[in-house]
Amino acid sequence: MKDSRYIRAISEGLAEELDRDGNVLVLGEDVVEGGPFSVTKGLVGRFGTKRIRNTPISESAFMGLALGAAIAGLRPVVEVMFMDFLTVCMDPLVNHAAKMRYMFGGQYSVPLVVLTAAGAGGGAGPHHSQSLEAWFAHIPGLKVIMPSTPYDAKGLLKAAIRDDDPVIYVYHKGLLRQAGQMPEKDFTVPIGVADIKREGTDITIVATGLAVHQALSAAVGLQEAGVSAEVVDPRTISPLDTATIVASVKKTGRLVVAHEAVKGFGIGAEVAAVVAEEALDYLDAPIKRIGLPSTPIPFSPTLEAALLPTADDIGRAAREACGVAVEQ
Amino acid sequence: MSLSGDKKVEMYRSLLLLRKLEEKTVEMTMAGQVPGWLHSYLGQEAVAVGVAAYLRLDDFVASTHRGRGHFLAKGLDPNRLLAEVLGRQDGVCGGKGGEMHMADWNVGVIGSSGIVGGILSTATGVAFACQYRDTDRVVACFFGDAASNQGSFHESLNLASVWRLPILFVCENNGYGEFTRQQDAMRVLDIATRAQAYDIPGVIVDGDDVLAVAGAAAEAVGRARSGEGPTLLECKTHRWSGHYTGDPQDYRSKEELEDCRRADPIPRFRGYLIESGLLTEEAVQKVEAEVVDAVAAAVEFALNSPLPPPETALADVYGVTQ
Repeated sequence: MKDSRYIRAISEGLAEELDRDGNVLVLGEDVVEGGPFSVTKGLVGRFGTKRIRNTPISESAFMGLALGAAIAGLRPVVEVMFMDFLTVCMDPLVNHAAKMRYMFGGQYSVPLVVLTAAGAGGGAGPHHSQSLEAWFAHIPGLKVIMPSTPYDAKGLLKAAIRDDDPVIYVYHKGLLRQAGQMPEKDFTVPIGVADIKREGTDITIVATGLAVHQALSAAVGLQEAGVSAEVVDPRTISPLDTATIVASVKKTGRLVVAHEAVKGFGIGAEVAAVVAEEALDYLDAPIKRIGLPSTPIPFSPTLEAALLPTADDIGRAAREACGVAVEQ
Repeated sequence: MSLSGDKKVEMYRSLLLLRKLEEKTVEMTMAGQVPGWLHSYLGQEAVAVGVAAYLRLDDFVASTHRGRGHFLAKGLDPNRLLAEVLGRQDGVCGGKGGEMHMADWNVGVIGSSGIVGGILSTATGVAFACQYRDTDRVVACFFGDAASNQGSFHESLNLASVWRLPILFVCENNGYGEFTRQQDAMRVLDIATRAQAYDIPGVIVDGDDVLAVAGAAAEAVGRARSGEGPTLLECKTHRWSGHYTGDPQDYRSKEELEDCRRADPIPRFRGYLIESGLLTEEAVQKVEAEVVDAVAAAVEFALNSPLPPPETALADVYGVTQ
């Protein structure tokens, strides 16, 4: 095992897959220079501009181009700087990439990875801060992953590149400096498998992306209050590992779902619905959801902080669900 | 590279197959045998056949909701094409795609899209893969005049130009975007002039003259194969039918509808073939009989193909990853 940071895990994962398979290439805005978060920094020196390719600022065209390349047998990784920018390439992604295998009768594989930064917290404002993963999870044919640790970031990236379906790989900007351990050797993390990041017996907290760390932090405070929280990180949003979530809730009898994306019509709603369908009788308390209110992300730090979910929000919801006095 | 006499006769056969299979498909649609809509290609056949004349089997085409002519001309099996239109199990996409969403990679048919302008960037990507792998394969991407107002058109032309990708952007200008006249949707009536914005050649050709289309396509294919990049080829043509079969076309005058049939590319090409001694009247009859038989065989094949079993509706959303 070795120490690594999240950002390094992504660039190492890319380099290893580029090295392993000549069909893998990376394209996007400023990927040669590394992009605003440096996730592709240094790759061009090793793999050249044929495989590490800057595009015009023309997301719709390069997303469609990557789709065409993918059905022709290449394995493109498309770097889309900010998840907000995916809104301008919804047609190639939703109408074409997601449906191409199906509507053409299974003729095509679509080994396309979209690597994109989501999340607020840096004063990036309304157009560089959104968490839109639920949109894509709603589309049959797309897979959506949200790693929360360096280990998962690398293992899931490598799995995504080797996967034959379009995968939207969402990383929260706030995770890039996250430290963690990972094997020296080649490894992958399977898509569609959740991970229990902390075991507990009194309440299940299902959290995604940055919220996983908020949930882990909340779990420490809950422990001090005598509540044993289990933190389940789905890692993959779609297809969702409902079995692990349902089994955890059957064990604990309580559920909080936490994410940074807007609460309404979100992943939390889906998780809550699955638990209601499959484990309602096991619940000892109403399900709680933590997420952004139905509001764009504002710029000013005080406004942004006023909206974003925190570890305290998760802890408070868990205490309420457990009937433990809520700290003021 | 000029076309041989045999090749020209083959093109005539292809034109006739597109026409007669389409007439039959329209007839079946009117008789209620076709689920959904049908976007007829009647009148525009010379574009598909002219462009295909210089494409190899390992080249590609991509197309639109009005795309079956392009696919037949590229070599898609008419039996499986018609079965797909009827939503049958033996359709080229097993009935999942239907008339507007068809593909057959084995004959270089990348696919078509029900979104106007939706396929341009995908086609550009296949051209990118051809270049990435150092092949001399090329892509012909068909679209209509209305698609040239979509962002995907402009973005794809720009990207293809910057990277000098081996692709022909073939605009079939039939004067209508669905129910709206071209002049009500854009000031620029010669779409080929839009090529200037991307520093690529823009060529206008009579889209009802199959040899003129083939000649222009030959140059564009040659450029693409030799690494000189994309061409925008505008073929001025006529849409005989409405946007879809059954469209009453209240927005077009009777005179206009009669006029556009005068541009019929088939008698024109037949006249040329007979005059130049490439076809006799007798041979014309023979080709026609063969095409009639092929259409009958396609109809029989398609009608005999079962509807897909309902359980296949859940298949192929995702692949199986090793």
